[in-house]
Order: sequence, then structure tokens, then C-alpha cells
Amino acid sequence: MNEELLDSHEAMIIAVASGKGGTGKTTIAVNLALALEHKYNVQFFDCDVEAPNAYLFLKPQFTHLEPVKAACPSVNGTRCTFCGKCAEVCAFHALAVTKDRVLIFPELCHDCGGCALFCPENAIGKKEHKIGLIESGNAGNIAFFQGSLTPGEALSPPIIQALKRKMNRDSIVIVDAPPGTSCPVVDAIKGSDVCLLVTEPTPFGLHDLTLAVELVSKLELPAGVIINQADIGDDKVEAYCKREGLPILMRLPYDQELAINYAQGIPAIDALPEYRERFSQLCQNIKTLTRE
Amino acid sequence: MNAQLKQLHGYEKEGADLKTLTVVSGKGGTGKTSIVGSFAALAKNAVLADCDVDAANLSLIVDGQVQTSREFKASQVACIDVTKCIECGACEDICHFDAIQDYKVDNISCEGCRVCSFVCPQGAITMEEVLSGYLFISDTPYGPLVHAQLQPGEANSGKLVTFVRQMAEQIARENGYQCIVVDGPPGIGCPVIASLNGATAALVVTEPTLSAIHDLERVLSVCDHFNVPAFACINRCDIHEGNTHHLVEFCQTRDIEIIGMIPYDPTVVRAIVDQTPVVRYANGPASREIKALWGRFAKKAGLLLR
Repeated sequence: MNEELLDSHEAMIIAVASGKGGTGKTTIAVNLALALEHKYNVQFFDCDVEAPNAYLFLKPQFTHLEPVKAACPSVNGTRCTFCGKCAEVCAFHALAVTKDRVLIFPELCHDCGGCALFCPENAIGKKEHKIGLIESGNAGNIAFFQGSLTPGEALSPPIIQALKRKMNRDSIVIVDAPPGTSCPVVDAIKGSDVCLLVTEPTPFGLHDLTLAVELVSKLELPAGVIINQADIGDDKVEAYCKREGLPILMRLPYDQELAINYAQGIPAIDALPEYRERFSQLCQNIKTLTRE
Repeated sequence: MNAQLKQLHGYEKEGADLKTLTVVSGKGGTGKTSIVGSFAALAKNAVLADCDVDAANLSLIVDGQVQTSREFKASQVACIDVTKCIECGACEDICHFDAIQDYKVDNISCEGCRVCSFVCPQGAITMEEVLSGYLFISDTPYGPLVHAQLQPGEANSGKLVTFVRQMAEQIARENGYQCIVVDGPPGIGCPVIASLNGATAALVVTEPTLSAIHDLERVLSVCDHFNVPAFACINRCDIHEGNTHHLVEFCQTRDIEIIGMIPYDPTVVRAIVDQTPVVRYANGPASREIKALWGRFAKKAGLLLR
């Protein structure tokens, strides 16, 4: 490990994202955390709440568990006059009123409070239901947090938002983001000091990288690219990065040994010592990037 | 999602003759799009629907040529007229999304609920439509393809998926296609539910890594929840024998039939780079198994193959 690696940047939020799934976000995030844990306070947030996998590698001892709840309206049947005002104000069609019933679609509710606010009979209250979990505990020196969406539930952003409220801004915070470029990704990466975009050198990887780059520039986040399995495809990702002035922070060649360890949930740094040096170098590159 | 909502989305009325075959995975990067691209080349009478609206890649390997595109506007944001605003702060107080600060609207946080526009005493807040993305209808050598592009950072991916599926269904019905092959997004949330809901059958693509096994379990629960019959396929099945064995046992206990075991084959990546379905690119072990897999999956879904 290099001395005084991040010195003035001992507190920083590093998000690891990618447009395409399965490019190696978790591999990068986990090994980065392991490369930093002995020198800094590290918090790890698995924000891929639809498919949280980092725990398989870091093997935390979970000591805290709390449910995440979402609210939806609940109608007091004795007060309701079926006037239909609630359905009229709801922008999300989460309520429908017939002549003697109010139908509620919790999956569509955004909890804006409009229906309760405008109900002339004051007949609408709130009902909460569990949509997922936040679990936390220590993994070695790393404070580990993960969210998980209950299968069958649709909305992951409230879980990501609840998870991020656990952040300690005096630490090095590593955020493992979900794949894609839509709202859950925005919730995961916004507020970060730097965003690492993991890709692979294929037409799929390139296409999805361009979308991820569009997203980080919309959010005005400094970003760098990591090319995983750097030798499997073509050189169009390299050419794109050069053209766009995007720094390439790391290139990881395809490595059968790494893949086998990955399959078993063994982090590269623990299994293959040469990766410690590679990830230390990545830390240096991140430092250079954030100083610019 | 309940029965009422299903009706609202219009999937209940799907006829017995039109089949929807959806490919999902939970974990990203397990090979969904490579497999669907090959299914496209193998299916004789199919409309293709790429429901990964965040990162739509199917068009890249089936040589999609866009014929028409449509704007997708699914949400609104509040807009404050500064000439009418008296800075009373009523909008800021009522907003559940902290989207208004100093009488300005943050378009990313605003969910378009309209409540602020209702409470503003000056009538200074209007709602403006947001362009959330685009829907495309493309021609491919293998049949029509419906795909979409959500604007980076936008919400409403589930609605856009539903829009893609409805368009694919309309094209299929109007032109007498037998089935719709859906390339699903990763994960288990909103867009995955929209991709699976009402499908005839689902193929879950997994691989022998602990991550993929964990995510398989979760996506199978979603299939269960929405009553979609699910079948599994193990991609790169020979990269870790122990985990493959574990997967086979797991599927047995869950009563999920494994209908494909695709070996690791470097021609799969070469085919992606060549932007060709692997079954058209090479006749290696992966191509041969994908062909057999298509036959089994189509049969399970009740498709009559010629």
C-alpha cells in the first residue's frame, strides 16, 4: 500500500457503476475496499438492492437488520363519501373510485400525500408495508451495509435512499451501484465525489458506457473508466475514451484464475497477491483524478 | 402486483395463440442478450422486444435498422413562474420529495405529483411534460424488433417496458406472428416485473458463480409471485463444476427444470464483437447447445415449431 495515499481526501465517496450489467462492478468495489481497509475507515454500501452480491465476497457478520417500509393510502370506509377527489388529484393512478369502493394500487403510489391532503372528509390515512431490508455489520475493518428489495416489490429507490442515510462522511465510502442508467442508479451515485465506470471492450460494453457517461455528466460527477476483461474484444472502448477525454483508471485482462475465485466468492486481492498492487495503483489514479 | 393492475396493463386479454417468451437473469452479464439474439435467428415467426430500456443491446447483434421512432412522455415536472411567485413557501412545505428549494424546482427530484401546483395560492406552478425516452420499431433480418431508450437518469422504466411490450403485441397481432421473444433487464424491480408480467414462460439465464446463484433465487421468486412458469439455463456451465452441481441441486429442490447447459465458448464474445448472433457466427459447442435450448424452451411455451 502506498503511503499517504489519499491524504487530504481521507473522506470521500467513490461510486462504482456501469451501464451494462455483469461487467465487474462488485469485483472492483470489493477489492478497492480491501485495498483501503487497513489504512482508512472504510464504509461499503451495496446499493444494487435488486441483486446485492458484495456480501458473498466480503462476508460481513450482520449485526443490525431493519425493514424499509413504503407508505400508501388507507381509506376510512365510514367517512369516505366516494366523491372521487383522491383519484382526481393522484398523478400516478394509484387510486380509483367506484360508486361504493376505493381501489388502491400500492405499487403505483409515490407517497406524495396529495390524496390525504385534498380529501374533503379527512378519510385518508397512511398504511405502511415492508418493501425490503437494510442489513449492516462489520467485514474485517470495513463497515458493511446492504439493502435488499423483497422479490415481487417494484420500487428500489426508497431502499437505496434509506441505505445512504447511513453514510458517515468522515470515511472512505464505497458505493456498489446497480446496473443501468435509470432512477435507482441516480439515487445510488448522486452526491459521490467520483464515479468509476466499469465496462468491457465489446459493442455492448461501449454502447452502455456512452449512456453511463451521459448520466455522470448530467449529474456533474467526475468519472473515470475501468476496462475489465480488457483483452477479450476490440479497441473501440479505448478509442472512445481517448476521443471523449475520459481517463482510463485501470485495465484488467481476462484471468481464468480470477474468474474461478470469483465464482466461489473469493476476492481477487485475497487469492492472487498481484492484484493488491493493481488496486493500490487504482487508488493512486483515483486520487489524481479527484485532484484535477 | 394484483389482478386489478394486470388488467390495467392489459396483459390478461392476451390470446391463447400468441406466446410471450421472456428471458431474464437477476444478475447482469450472464448472457441474456447473446441468447436472445440467437433465439431471434432461430425463431421463424417472432417479434423481438428488448425490454432492457436502460441499456438496450439486442439491436446491436440482430442488425436492427430503425424504421420509426416515437417520443415517450410519461411524467411531468413542476415549473414555477417567477413573475407570479410571491415566495410564500407553501410548495416547499408540501413537497414530499424535497424537490423545491428557494422557490426553484430540482427536476431530478421532482416526481410530478402536482401537489405543489394545487396548493400554490398564486397559481404560479404549472406542470410540464418530460421526455422520458424513445421507442423504436426496427427491421431485422429475423423479424421486427421493438426497443427503447430511456433518457439517462429518468424514472418510469417500468412504464416504458410496458409500452415496448404493448407495441410488440400490436405488431404481432396485426401481422399474425406466433410469438414475442422478450430480452429482459437485469435485477428484480419495476422493469423486470413489467417484462415478466403475463408472459407465457420465462427462461432464467444463470451461471455457476455464487453471485448468479443468489440472484437466480430472487428472480425465481418474482416469477413465482406473478405466476410465470420458469425454466433455467446454465451458461458457461463448465467454469466451475462444484457450483454447477450446486445449481442443479438447487433447481431440483425448487422444482425448476434446467433446459440448457451452455459450455464456455470463446466464439460467444467473438460473435458479439462481430455483432452477429452466435448461432450464425459459428457452429461451436455454445451454438449447438443454444439451438437445442431454443427448441426446448419453445416447446415448453407451447409453440408449434415447423
